[in-house]
Amino acid sequence: MIAVAPIAQDLLDEVALSRAEYEAIVDRLGREPNELEIGLFGALWSEHCGYKHTKALLRMLPNTSERLLVAPGAENAGVVDIGDGYAVAFKIESHNHPSAVEPYEGAATGVGGIVRDILAMGARPMALMNSLRFGPPTDERQRYLLNGVISGISGYGNCIGVPNVGGEVVFDSSYAGNPLVNAMCVGIIEGGKVMSARADAAGDLLVLVGAKTGRDGIHGASGLASRTFQEQAEMRSAVQVGNPFLEKVLIEACLEAIQLPGVVGMQDCGAAGITSAAVEMAERSELGINIDVAKVPRRETEMSPYEVMLSESQERMLLAVKPGHEGALFELFEKWDLDAAIIGSFEDGGNVVVRDDGEQVSSTPVVTLTDAPEYRFNSPKPNWLEKLQNRDFSNLPDLETTPNEALLRLLASPNIVSKHTVWRQYDHQVQNNTVIAPGGDAALLRIQGTERALAVTTDGNGRIVYLNPRVGAAIAVAEACRNLSCVGAEPVALTDGLNFGDPETPDIQYQLQEAIAGISEAASAFNIPVVSGNASLYNESAGSAVQPTPIIGALGVLENVESHARSAFQDDGDAVIVIGTDSPWDTFDGLAGSEALAVLHGAIAGQPKLDLDLEVRVQGLCRSLIGRELLKSAHDISHGGLAVAIVESAVQGNTGVTIEHDDPFTDWLPALFGESQSRIVITCSADDADTILTTAADSQVPATKIGTVGGDAIRVGDLIDVSLTDAADAWLNGFGRVTTN
Amino acid sequence: MKFGIVVFPGSWSERDMHYAVADVLGYEAEYVWHGETSVNDFDAILLPGGFSYGDHLRCGAIAAHSPVMSAVKDFANGGGFVFGSCNGFQVLCESGLLPGALIRNDHLEFRCAPGRLRVESSRTVFTAQYVEGDVVSMPISHGEGNYQADDETLAMLESDGRVIFRYVDGENNPTADANPNGSRNNIAGITNDGGNVLGMMPHPERACEGLLGSVDGNPLWQSIAAAVDSGKS
Repeated sequence: MIAVAPIAQDLLDEVALSRAEYEAIVDRLGREPNELEIGLFGALWSEHCGYKHTKALLRMLPNTSERLLVAPGAENAGVVDIGDGYAVAFKIESHNHPSAVEPYEGAATGVGGIVRDILAMGARPMALMNSLRFGPPTDERQRYLLNGVISGISGYGNCIGVPNVGGEVVFDSSYAGNPLVNAMCVGIIEGGKVMSARADAAGDLLVLVGAKTGRDGIHGASGLASRTFQEQAEMRSAVQVGNPFLEKVLIEACLEAIQLPGVVGMQDCGAAGITSAAVEMAERSELGINIDVAKVPRRETEMSPYEVMLSESQERMLLAVKPGHEGALFELFEKWDLDAAIIGSFEDGGNVVVRDDGEQVSSTPVVTLTDAPEYRFNSPKPNWLEKLQNRDFSNLPDLETTPNEALLRLLASPNIVSKHTVWRQYDHQVQNNTVIAPGGDAALLRIQGTERALAVTTDGNGRIVYLNPRVGAAIAVAEACRNLSCVGAEPVALTDGLNFGDPETPDIQYQLQEAIAGISEAASAFNIPVVSGNASLYNESAGSAVQPTPIIGALGVLENVESHARSAFQDDGDAVIVIGTDSPWDTFDGLAGSEALAVLHGAIAGQPKLDLDLEVRVQGLCRSLIGRELLKSAHDISHGGLAVAIVESAVQGNTGVTIEHDDPFTDWLPALFGESQSRIVITCSADDADTILTTAADSQVPATKIGTVGGDAIRVGDLIDVSLTDAADAWLNGFGRVTTN
Repeated sequence: MKFGIVVFPGSWSERDMHYAVADVLGYEAEYVWHGETSVNDFDAILLPGGFSYGDHLRCGAIAAHSPVMSAVKDFANGGGFVFGSCNGFQVLCESGLLPGALIRNDHLEFRCAPGRLRVESSRTVFTAQYVEGDVVSMPISHGEGNYQADDETLAMLESDGRVIFRYVDGENNPTADANPNGSRNNIAGITNDGGNVLGMMPHPERACEGLLGSVDGNPLWQSIAAAVDSGKS
């Protein structure tokens, strides 16, 4: 043990290293790190880059598949084979804290960052999605955050020519001090040329391309992303500023560059800038690396080596290039008016050597820098959770509302109301592939030159995960896959965005360990891998954590794009069938974590349930019926239960619907609005109903014919009778009324 | 028939235009880099949507001064067919090839939506294969598509039949509700005096296949090709 002179606490706080971690660094280096090295360790040992609290748990996730081309964690994003010589890279990433501080730039650079992760795989970005969480939209500050984030996504995303095909916007008071902004990008690789973020051999050049480097974003990874933050305004300089025009040009230039001989590796400069990008490349290449910060093109003067190494200036990529091939590369980047500079080289020896105009300012072993500590835990179930789960719904107070009023209220409630006023601000059609636009169960994008299509969705329900982290996270996977199945696509891979509170507290640890186990169980049931992901911890404000919110991004493949289904009802007289259940009416169990319970009773309680075997069968049946072109529509029952699901399909199809069923129920609230899993509302021409019911029985899937499409009203037995006009007005215009009051 | 599709740094519709004219309709098409100084090899020039040069200063303002636009102006002044949609329309206005200007949408938001357009004239080389008065569907996707011109220019455009596409409602009327951006007279597209330059905000290249929701953009490319063919024969 080396004697450690007491280092000032504020220096450690600046980079969010604990004293124990600092001592470990001294021990491994055999000396005290200098100021620059404290910065390097602070970044690479941050929660954001080092996954200190999640590394061990993430190893539980299923990571094998015949389709897998690039293993999870091996590169910037996982890559799966989708057939016909095409591969898909996709990943979800959070930009929560930057968006809390500066919503426009935080969200914009979140989009930019995930796009570059996909680009680094050699993929052309072909779709974006966003999963957003805010506090109640009735609050002025929340509307400021909401509008800033949406403008940032729209401002950046629309400029780069990648369609934004939707996602989620969800509200809960737990997110008021700490909104969640998760962005997913999907990219396509033609002809199998997957890029790697590694050099080939010692002597390969390290080339920085794209934007110039400034002082923006310093300590983004260590400070903003890896601890709870109290004084938001003070951290504003840690938020990067994006330039989508440069990003668009960078995408085109990099996609051309990887076709050049001698360009062997590509890596995006994201969190912790050049530091993280270069060290990760060195680690993957099992080489050392030499960087001269004086060679980095800058847009500000007198930047220190520390600032250059830790800047999170956007729109930059690192390339590994064989010596002698840099000439053609420079010509290409000059054509695109982008900087390209050799800032170093890969070397034998395994050290990261930083120089400033030739003079060595730091030398540390790659393995030490990347060997962030791994914290394991096994925390018990909190006592308060037991009580919430055991809540008895049969003695809920009587509601002073009718089913009609309850339906209209739920339709206009923030988490159910149509978000079309958000999506229409995103270009969701550029690239000419969008078959199903935002608003469907999943977006559907055809692959030009093939008969195939990709389905994509993001899902996550913090309330359900809060009530039971394991089952809730499994439900997020099940629902994401169900959304894919509702358009007819087979789920092939997942990406997870884990948004949790302070992992140093037992309750959050319990949520983390259980949620990751739940994702793992569900992904295994569907036999699909989790190919990429991101962990965002310390999502707290004023000592209060956000609801545990794993966001699942799911990718599905549809072999024949013509055989897809939409959620809109089609023709008068079509039969309405619910699959996954024997009765249209849900039970008290379905109220667990439901919108109805939250909106009408102001409560979050109950024990969420999921039968994974049934879920897999229900989805298989749905896909098979769509593939046989027997269905006119398919729509997942989720927020707001059966009643809301049929209104959504009715409004989208501009037709009414009548549900008539004599199965008895005990209480209209769960019967109409319960959110039990594994249920899909399908429609078909009346002649096909019997075939479908028989097929369902053969597949061991309960199914019931519950009604008929048509008319100009939503009618459910003698409980609900609402005109299509009123239902449409509540659902389509409710969001505008909530957010402009 | 050979289309030249101009590519500025920041363009993003060039690949979609190429797909619509070449992959869907089978015409020859090539990209033209913004540094090119001649476009005389082509039968028609297409200016794509996007954010040329980041749309810094004003939408289309920097592109209007690019080398390729000097060539496109010469091409147009010689009677060549030039079509621009979205950012291409903005570039045409900034270049002086079309009158008026496109400013920020009146509601201040970007808007991506289906566009319902009435074909106001089929007596142009761009619209000969449409039926005048027909209503067609082509998506819009822009933040600055609010067409403005002074009263005199507007009166001239209307009286000369140079308003080619207009946003209309479900009853095919150019009402305020149907106007997605605040454009004067619900104008979606106009031609120049000579009728050989058309600019419009909606995206015909996105309306090229039933699978994507509409094929109403295709007659526009077919009209151009027919006009070129008849000029050659």
